Amino acid sequence: MVSIVLDGKKIDVEEGTTILKVARDMGIDIPTLCYHEMIKPYNACRLCIVEVTSNGRTTITASCSTEVEDGMVVKTDSLSVINVRKMVAELLLARAPSVEKIREIAAKLGIEESRFVEEKEQRCILCGLCVRACEEIVGVNAISFVNRGPEREVSTPFKVESDVCIGCGACEYFCPTEAIKIEDIKGRKVLHDYLYLGPTKAIRVPFLQAIPNVPVIDVNYCIHFKTDNCKLCEKLCESDAINHDMKDEYEEVDVGAAILTTGYELFDSLKIPEYGYGKYPNVINGLQFEHLCHASGPTGGKILLENGSEPQQVAIIHCVGSRDKNYKSYCSRVCCMYAMKFAHLVHEKTNAHIYEFYIDIRSFGKGYEEFYNRMLSEGVTFIRGKVAEVNDGALTPEEEGKLIVRCEDTLVGIVRRIPVDMVVLCPAVISRNDSEEVAKLFGLTLSADGFFREQHPKLGPISTDSDGIFIAGACQGPKDIPDSVAQGAGAAGGVLSLGDYYSVEPIYSVIDDKLCAGCKICISVCPYDAITFNEEENVSEIQEMLCKGCGACVAACPGGVARQNGFQDEQIFAEIEGVLI
Amino acid sequence: MIIVNNDFEPKLVGFLCRWCSYQGADLAGTSRIEYPPNLIPIRVMCSGRVDPSFVMKAYSEGADGVLIFGCHPGDCHYKEGNYKTIRRYSMMKKLLGEFGIEDERFRLEWVSAAEGEKFTEVVKDATEKIKKLGPLNWKEVLEV
Amino acid sequence: MEKPKVGFYWCASCGGCEEAVLDLNEDILKVVDAVDIIFWPVAFDFKKKDVESMEDGSIAVSFINGAVRLSEQEEVVELLRKKSGLVVAFGSCAHMGGIPALANISNKNEIFKRAYKKVPSVVNLEEIYPQEKVKLDVGELELPSFYNTVKPLDRVVDVDYYLPGCPPPPDLIMKAVHAILEGKLPPKGAVIASDKTLCETCERNKTKPDKLKIKEMKRIFEIVSDDEKCFLEQGIICLGPATRSGCGERCIKGNMPCRGCFGPTDSVIDQGAKFLSALASIIDTNEQGEIQSIVETIPDLIGTFYRFSLASSPLKRKKLKA
Repeated sequence: MVSIVLDGKKIDVEEGTTILKVARDMGIDIPTLCYHEMIKPYNACRLCIVEVTSNGRTTITASCSTEVEDGMVVKTDSLSVINVRKMVAELLLARAPSVEKIREIAAKLGIEESRFVEEKEQRCILCGLCVRACEEIVGVNAISFVNRGPEREVSTPFKVESDVCIGCGACEYFCPTEAIKIEDIKGRKVLHDYLYLGPTKAIRVPFLQAIPNVPVIDVNYCIHFKTDNCKLCEKLCESDAINHDMKDEYEEVDVGAAILTTGYELFDSLKIPEYGYGKYPNVINGLQFEHLCHASGPTGGKILLENGSEPQQVAIIHCVGSRDKNYKSYCSRVCCMYAMKFAHLVHEKTNAHIYEFYIDIRSFGKGYEEFYNRMLSEGVTFIRGKVAEVNDGALTPEEEGKLIVRCEDTLVGIVRRIPVDMVVLCPAVISRNDSEEVAKLFGLTLSADGFFREQHPKLGPISTDSDGIFIAGACQGPKDIPDSVAQGAGAAGGVLSLGDYYSVEPIYSVIDDKLCAGCKICISVCPYDAITFNEEENVSEIQEMLCKGCGACVAACPGGVARQNGFQDEQIFAEIEGVLI
Repeated sequence: MIIVNNDFEPKLVGFLCRWCSYQGADLAGTSRIEYPPNLIPIRVMCSGRVDPSFVMKAYSEGADGVLIFGCHPGDCHYKEGNYKTIRRYSMMKKLLGEFGIEDERFRLEWVSAAEGEKFTEVVKDATEKIKKLGPLNWKEVLEV
Repeated sequence: MEKPKVGFYWCASCGGCEEAVLDLNEDILKVVDAVDIIFWPVAFDFKKKDVESMEDGSIAVSFINGAVRLSEQEEVVELLRKKSGLVVAFGSCAHMGGIPALANISNKNEIFKRAYKKVPSVVNLEEIYPQEKVKLDVGELELPSFYNTVKPLDRVVDVDYYLPGCPPPPDLIMKAVHAILEGKLPPKGAVIASDKTLCETCERNKTKPDKLKIKEMKRIFEIVSDDEKCFLEQGIICLGPATRSGCGERCIKGNMPCRGCFGPTDSVIDQGAKFLSALASIIDTNEQGEIQSIVETIPDLIGTFYRFSLASSPLKRKKLKA
């Protein structure tokens, strides 16, 4: 510990601390531009200067890089400090007059105009924070200072596109004057990808209700996993909760039963190009609308167009890919109700007029029809007819700048053109793309629509052809939340009722040990290794517990000795005779 | 009374696996898909349970055609039962050829529980083809 | 006390069964002592009318070998049935049709054409074929009719017991004779042999692995076979697993695979189909093309799988084009 006097107050501080840190900890405002606590100080902007008296000598020096010494007397607001700082601010203002942050700092020092010649276009103050970030944090040295004197600037070597730049955007992030803008040129992947509805980050909570509700590091975006550097988050995290060395772990768990709740995917609206999804930014799908409406979403829950303004008309299109023999012929069940919920949200949050384009309204659940009636009374316009096209080809002045929804109104019998600002598509609920693999893994089969097939549509809606494997939710077919919850609870109940006993298949195979000659053909046929050879008795034996009753051994037994309960040869012969009378 | 020869309605015996094809046939029924009534299904747990003796028995009892239906390869409820069926079927096919039984009278088809329509298509197709071939009538074969 | 009367008859067969009786060696003397042979055309001179003159049921037992191919054979076996208390189908041909029944993949016409015209050693420019009735100076001569289909004995007359084998081994013959003489008869219709398959008694079964899988089929002349290893393991088709045991594995001891002369066990209706099922089941591939090419390497499925049992299998014969 060392003792210093700061602005007249005597304090004890940790050795090796910089004056800037001590002052800021005490709540003293010292302006900085080139300083960042995670990056080594560089003394470039000179705004942080203070008056230091040490060993009888008084100097004006940069506080960001000067460490405290015992007996040091520091003044942060002496007249000479203020004067020098004013001069620095005035010079910075002249160099980069359009930078808001510099104007603010200058204004605090009482300077509105610089006496020097202003360089209108310049924003970079050559503080080098970006260069240091690229070197110290990212570790790739993609940019540096080039040239000297008035020519000095920050650039890549020889001002050509750099191969080592990973597009992480750290330079842009650290730049105090917004002098650097990161752009996607020549299709290079920008790490901090800007999603259409808002940016994602390398560290984020996957989604709001995630369990456990903790942030995760996305190795696809994290700088550390690109350059082996950075680890800023690890340095900053006070509880040492971040560990970049963690690896994905695969744990094998022995279980007696499994419930598959793998859910669904949304139909890709790009497959119906006439709806303009992916072409017009204001054509969005249902999930994107949910994101937009969310209080923690990119707009804080406001329903806004791409340009930030509020829509005047919103079209909601049902059955995008559902009930359409070109795509999915089934009804996705949930869309009618969520489309009407969307209408209600738009109604509540904006003054927009809402159009619902539907084939049939299927409001079959508890309280659903009442909600439909409420929507009708809220002034939502329901148009019965499948939308043919969404385009931006205006024919009249009113249509100018709008998206035109073309549709046959089948109730009136005319083709209509409806200009709107925003189009929300309700895509079909489809099975997951890996459902076939998962089905094979668990010994399930798929229905024609691609969802997992239940054991019986009426009598076994949660169990499957595989013992102990249950299904719940939209992996079995499109369904809403109440139905999914009910099925999930049912599946859990199904597992609990399995008990700690093992039920044997009622149909299993047996080998008559008095007649078996021990030829072992059955052993090579059994897919469950349920047949073993008894050397002593010279017979093959079926373990009833393991036998699933497929009967393959019965068909293969050349001596007619293996028999299948319920499907004896004689029974089937009698059946054949019976059907051929 | 004139007896018209093309009144021949073939008798087909079908062996249907309980997990896929029988359910597929059931689906054809619950979906109310129309198809010829010529095929009479016999349920077995797995197409791998179909003993070639069943097929022989069926022809000898007067069947004009025999169809075996199983799960698609890789989809067998019993892991690999249908592969055994493929092996036996290939050998049976050759054997039946030696017995003078035409190719069209013996078929192996994969029908999943979701393929009610395919089931009916197969039955339609088999019925038509065997109608063209005429009766097999094994009891008559033995009278020569 | 009068000795029980015994008859022997030879239908469509090679005659090996008749020799099998002589194979009893000294035991035949015991048999001759115990019974009174009243009909044995191959050994003694008996006439049909001698049998006709007997009272119905007066012959204790008739041993009939060979399948039924001609009207004459049908006539005699019907006669013997009438006159006998018991009828025993003696040997594979009477039991299941046997080798003569492989002619069921053909018919009378084809056989005649082959035998009297196409055979290289025959010159038959006038295309003369055997006629059932021929008028000659001495009167009309008659030959028995030749049937299209060869039948096992039990498709012509009621059969009480079956003595399997090509030919039946002496110990089984003696067992049958003893049973009849002592009146310790098994239930009617029984096959006098074990009801297990050959693997039960086969020495080579011990070398067979638990999971038998074969990738290629070989014929016996294609390889030098190991005389201790299971034939199936070597890829050689051996009908042992689908054939009733009791023969004493005479073939296998001579390093030849079982050809199935004892027929299937009681619970199997179709020996060939059952063996096919077993053999196909252990083919070691799931790939359709490969399966097909393995199947193609077996040249004659009926001849291989139904060598002895064709006439008693459900299909019984080949369907010929109309």
